[in-house]
Amino acid sequence: MSKNIKLDSKIPAGELSQKWTQYRSSVPLVNPANKRNLEIIVVGTGLAGSSAAATLAEMGYKVKAFCFQDTPRRAHSIAAQGGINAAKNYQNDGDSVYRLFYDTIKGGDYRAREANVHRLAEVSTSIIDQCVAQGVPFAREYGGTLSNRSFGGTQVQRTFYAAGQTGQQLLLGAYQALERQVGLGNVKMYSRHEMLDVVVIDGKARGLIARNLITGELERHFGHAVLLCTGGYGNVFYLSTNAMGSNVTAGWKAHKAGALFGNPCFTQIHPTCIPVSGHYQSKLTLMSESLRNDGRIWVPKNKDDNRNPNDIPEEDRDYYLERRYPAFGNLVPRDVASRAAKERCDAGYGVGVSKMAVYLDFRYNMINKYGRVEASRLNIENPDEATLLQLGKEVAKEKYGNLFNMYKQITDEDPYEVPMRIYPAVHYTMGGLWVNYELMTNIPGLYALGEANFSDHGANRLGASALMQGLADGYFVIPYTIGSYLSNEIRTKSMSTDSDEFVAAEKKVREQLECLLSINGKQTVESFHRRLGLIMWDKCGMSRSAEGLKQAIAEIRALRAEFWKDVRVPGTMDSFNPELEKAGRVADFLELGELMCLDALERNESCGGHFREEYQTEEGEAKRDDENYMFVSAWECKEGNAWELHKEPLEYENIKIAQRSYK
Amino acid sequence: MSNSNMNLKLKVWRQQNANDTGHFEDYRVQASPDMSFLEMFDVLNEQLITEGKDPVAFDHDCREGICGMCSMVINGRPHGPKHGVTTCQLHMRSFSDGDTIVVEPWRSNAFPVIRDLSVNRSSFDRIIAAGGYVSVNTGNAVDANATLIPKEIADEAFEAATCIGCGACVSACKNASAMLFVGAKVTQLALLPQGRAEASKRVVAMVNQMDAEGFGACTNTGACSAECPKQIPLSVIATLNREYIKAKLKGY
Repeated sequence: MSKNIKLDSKIPAGELSQKWTQYRSSVPLVNPANKRNLEIIVVGTGLAGSSAAATLAEMGYKVKAFCFQDTPRRAHSIAAQGGINAAKNYQNDGDSVYRLFYDTIKGGDYRAREANVHRLAEVSTSIIDQCVAQGVPFAREYGGTLSNRSFGGTQVQRTFYAAGQTGQQLLLGAYQALERQVGLGNVKMYSRHEMLDVVVIDGKARGLIARNLITGELERHFGHAVLLCTGGYGNVFYLSTNAMGSNVTAGWKAHKAGALFGNPCFTQIHPTCIPVSGHYQSKLTLMSESLRNDGRIWVPKNKDDNRNPNDIPEEDRDYYLERRYPAFGNLVPRDVASRAAKERCDAGYGVGVSKMAVYLDFRYNMINKYGRVEASRLNIENPDEATLLQLGKEVAKEKYGNLFNMYKQITDEDPYEVPMRIYPAVHYTMGGLWVNYELMTNIPGLYALGEANFSDHGANRLGASALMQGLADGYFVIPYTIGSYLSNEIRTKSMSTDSDEFVAAEKKVREQLECLLSINGKQTVESFHRRLGLIMWDKCGMSRSAEGLKQAIAEIRALRAEFWKDVRVPGTMDSFNPELEKAGRVADFLELGELMCLDALERNESCGGHFREEYQTEEGEAKRDDENYMFVSAWECKEGNAWELHKEPLEYENIKIAQRSYK
Repeated sequence: MSNSNMNLKLKVWRQQNANDTGHFEDYRVQASPDMSFLEMFDVLNEQLITEGKDPVAFDHDCREGICGMCSMVINGRPHGPKHGVTTCQLHMRSFSDGDTIVVEPWRSNAFPVIRDLSVNRSSFDRIIAAGGYVSVNTGNAVDANATLIPKEIADEAFEAATCIGCGACVSACKNASAMLFVGAKVTQLALLPQGRAEASKRVVAMVNQMDAEGFGACTNTGACSAECPKQIPLSVIATLNREYIKAKLKGY
């Protein structure tokens, strides 16, 4: 089988900035009458899925959309806080499509495709226009123009936002566009449905098997094309900022059906999350990167300095990011900030009860940045510190109110008064299904969009770029690129779901569910998930070593065997059974975890979020090996949890590759 | 830290499906003050599974107060005793050792129970599908700064747009009215120039669908807004009424 796999990225010829324009002008079209006969299945209704389903339906295709939540509006894109990047240059600070492209490639530590990233930067501006037209209430200035702020890894202000709820507002915009098409009869929506396998007929994706989560019934659905917009797999770590239901199952079933998995080990650990507080913790909560605009990160210079942080004088504080990276300071990219926090805590300078946290402190900027501006605006002469702080708090409330409230709710501490305590946590996965320039996997007709694919962020994603990519893929890329495939499918009639392939796929799904229910062991699904998470976090998390990864692989194999012998899944198949859903997802994580470790072991270099202890500079920075590892790892699944590596070389024709520096 | 130092008695609503009559069952569970309410339910469920019993079905997903999936009427109040907080963000420190806590699903004909504490809220989707959008296809937009929107208006629209569609308003209302939910969307889109063009058509379509789904009428009690985890103001209902009357006078 492997002999047949040819990694053709299908990057159009021509000059970088003209590739997408030329592609769009020459891609085959499907005429309106034919579109009505073509059925597209969209799995997942986050930013990528909702925007794709709505747009394809607007164009005239027949769309079926699936989500496991009770309504499409709850997909986890809803939780994105800080913002969305776009190269609008509204702030007149020197931004451009090229700069957004350059920042993204550099931020990804030179492990993303140039052509994809340039296209992303090009369409970024249209996304903002589209969202505003839908009634997304972005933050605005008094004059009525849109407001911007900065995110990590950039030196311009190109991030558009809606308080700390940007993902919510963008998703509701896309959800409303989707519901409009549902109302018009162009989309059939299947909520509380989970995709459990993809159906491949004569080498092409032709549909899926889904389980109706309320009745437990297995359903067969045909589509001329299948789009997986199913998000990331950060929950393999058990504790992450993902929603409880976020999972890899759709992507994993596609992988087992032949789709290659790209860069599985590239995981983003977000630097500013609320630290773990107890054994029964079920998830971690992010504090938006936007807080690093105004929050300064520090630890005490002395170990075990147990004074109230406000009583620790300046000379006893180590603003380690400002010290190590003066050019970017607190706004270094996420991977750099996370490792620096880990370094300080491992060295014994952490704060809080667990000593696994650092301070994110707003006091300085509340007083000196916002307080002074407000005092000057209000003509208050020689204001004292208390007045400045009070004025600054009001501004902070306006900018970050909901985040500060959320922090207080969870920790019972007031960030207006004391610094936040934060620590890195798993947040996003850059890896995902391998796709070509058209977002198609190596299985014809099977596409992956948004976080579910591997394509745009290399080894590290910059803040506010996930929303950009999800919406770019859904609103502005797939509507064009799918024509290249579907224009050759206009003679394919809607297929019966009684074919052998559908029957066999459903049988396989049923057998796995029956097997899970029949084990009737002693341990809960949750306990296995928690144990897998610990292995992954310790050995395939923020820092990795060959020895640790080999141990992890052995431990995961043993845990997987134990799972299939001793898991207890209560209830039945033909009813609403959340434990059964969870069991299937954890079973897939138990396989994916091994592949992630294998990928991390094979990649003998450090790049972006992938930090191998053996490969670092003298200053402890990631040390890439461009000579040997400038490629995308694309893994092919073989029988019996074995994998074969294929490599897609990365070529940089427009960017001079360099050691990444934020000093 | 997570010492399990609270002993709680739970009275939890158990119901097999929409047609079952349902009943309360008593459970004992140990919790720590740092746990969220849902993490306390995780502990209960692990306990039940280990004992060979059926775990309690409840809806939840993001666990950071934004997806709107979690529900639960806790001691008679949607999302529990605290203001402006969803169940997932409610922490056990809001309760005391020895407490008895009563947990029920949302109660409304328009939200049929699926199982235990899980209800079907697809009626909300159908209300949005009836008109809760701006009719603009992808690719039709002008430059985002071409239309200036005063900050005050944008902020007011945003405030209404923060609704998470959880349904607490319906659950809190003695009439099971969905006016706060509908009012929030109508207000957001009516305030913005992009949504103004079809404001009349929208409000009538959404209200018609709301009625068709079996939600009750508003009698201005204000429980919806008081219990709303996102503190959507009651004024959105006034806006809804105003927009509706204007639309009707125009013959929509």
